Amino acid sequence: MALVSCNNISLSYENKIVMTNLSFHINKGDYCCIAGENGSGKSTLVKAILSLKTINSGSILFGDGLRRREIGYLPQQTVVQKDFPASVWEIVLSGCLNRKKINPFYTKEDKKRAADNMEKLGITHLKRECYRDLSGGQQQRVLLARALCATEKLLLLDEPMAGLDPIVTQELYELIEDLNKSGITVIMVTHDLPSAVKYATHILHLQNGEFYFGNTKDYIHSEVGRKFLGEIKCDHCGGEI
Amino acid sequence: METIVQIFSYTFMTRAFIVGALVSLCAALLGLPLVLKKYSMIGDGLSHVGFGALAVATVMNAAPMKVAIPVVIIAAIILLRINENSKLKGDAAIAIISTGALALGVVIMSLGNGSNIDIYNYMFGSILALGKSDVYISIILSIIVIILYIFFYVKIFAVTFDENFSKATGIRTGLYNMLTAVLTALTIVLGMRLMGSLLISALIIFPALSSMRIFRSFKATVISSAILSVVCFCIGLTMSFLYSMPPGASVVCVNIAGFIIYSIAGKLRAVLFRLRKNRQQR
Repeated sequence: MALVSCNNISLSYENKIVMTNLSFHINKGDYCCIAGENGSGKSTLVKAILSLKTINSGSILFGDGLRRREIGYLPQQTVVQKDFPASVWEIVLSGCLNRKKINPFYTKEDKKRAADNMEKLGITHLKRECYRDLSGGQQQRVLLARALCATEKLLLLDEPMAGLDPIVTQELYELIEDLNKSGITVIMVTHDLPSAVKYATHILHLQNGEFYFGNTKDYIHSEVGRKFLGEIKCDHCGGEI
Repeated sequence: METIVQIFSYTFMTRAFIVGALVSLCAALLGLPLVLKKYSMIGDGLSHVGFGALAVATVMNAAPMKVAIPVVIIAAIILLRINENSKLKGDAAIAIISTGALALGVVIMSLGNGSNIDIYNYMFGSILALGKSDVYISIILSIIVIILYIFFYVKIFAVTFDENFSKATGIRTGLYNMLTAVLTALTIVLGMRLMGSLLISALIIFPALSSMRIFRSFKATVISSAILSVVCFCIGLTMSFLYSMPPGASVVCVNIAGFIIYSIAGKLRAVLFRLRKNRQQR
């Protein structure tokens, strides 16, 4: 069974229906990018998968023993976080909260998990630093480490590259690719189609209430894919498609 | 030393110290998540609603706490809902509720048998306002707040830092927001007659804001806010006794001094930090 399957769901954003009859399946080990214009329902879809938003109709099912609260979510940054006194260690640890039951304090196991994930993302040296003093790329690594503490199976990333410079973006893409290769399924919302095509195994393209879902090779040769990738190529190489 | 003995020889001063210190402690603990989430205005709105409730109680000759506690708790829940619902203009709605309650309170007091002195005392606080039951209630409340805070500390942190992530990992964020709001409401009602309804929200906002100038982890900020709040209160109340100033205003003045000292220390720390970094790079 697929890890995540969405069957005929419809989504609304601020009482406006943005998507109807959306169906797709994501299997274990996939790397799926969700692309589309602003307002096409990308973030709404992510929130629906996490049950932060109710869907109007249809169903979202999880397979392979995945539970909804075991998804590693990397949300878009909020205003609250800009001036928040929190150490990197406190933030990464808070990713372990979903595996806790009654015990209100972090156990040794939680701490080890957090430390391992920080090591994996190369932020161990930032442990005592304050989150608000970090660069954008470092902040995303911290939030990614927190997401990894919450999951072993599925990462759900909502525009993780927003506001990062090209070098840091590249590093983050490579990092996520490594995580995917180590067996974690990745679903990522992105505006950056060329990179999506480069790294992802599947593309879900939302546009004006329609959608395209398929593997990346088919997408490149599809009508939507040709149109959007073509437009992007035009920008870079002077009209040549 | 003599002054201290003198202060505690008065029952009303002992009561003011116990209730005030405990309320300051609770306010600082609850205030940090509120300030960080940009909900500071809720504290202010609640205290004004509390003033209205006190006014109604005075005119009706009812026990002030019995009217104020339920009214302010309901107001807290409503204000939280307004703030969470982004479609309404949250800040404007809070301003309407708080000024509205204040105005209603003053009108009711002047139509009823309340005097100007009552209004003044409710607005700016009175050292003589506290009874024996207030001492017991404040001890019970602060024990509840401290236990809940320790027990839910990690969740409070997670919910404050990132509500969406917390919700996605199965934490009932609405419940924690509600809990903070209700406990804040209780703290405000308790401290209101001592500190004054116009000034009580300072206890919620100042310690958190000051501590954020210096400290760079959540735990350190929490501990610092709690200590700073209690220390500022004790200094303020002593000054109020010695120079016969209204208690609320003197405590807030000490808090302002605390904020300035913390800000300067925070700047110094940043400068030192940069110097050390530069030296390391060389």
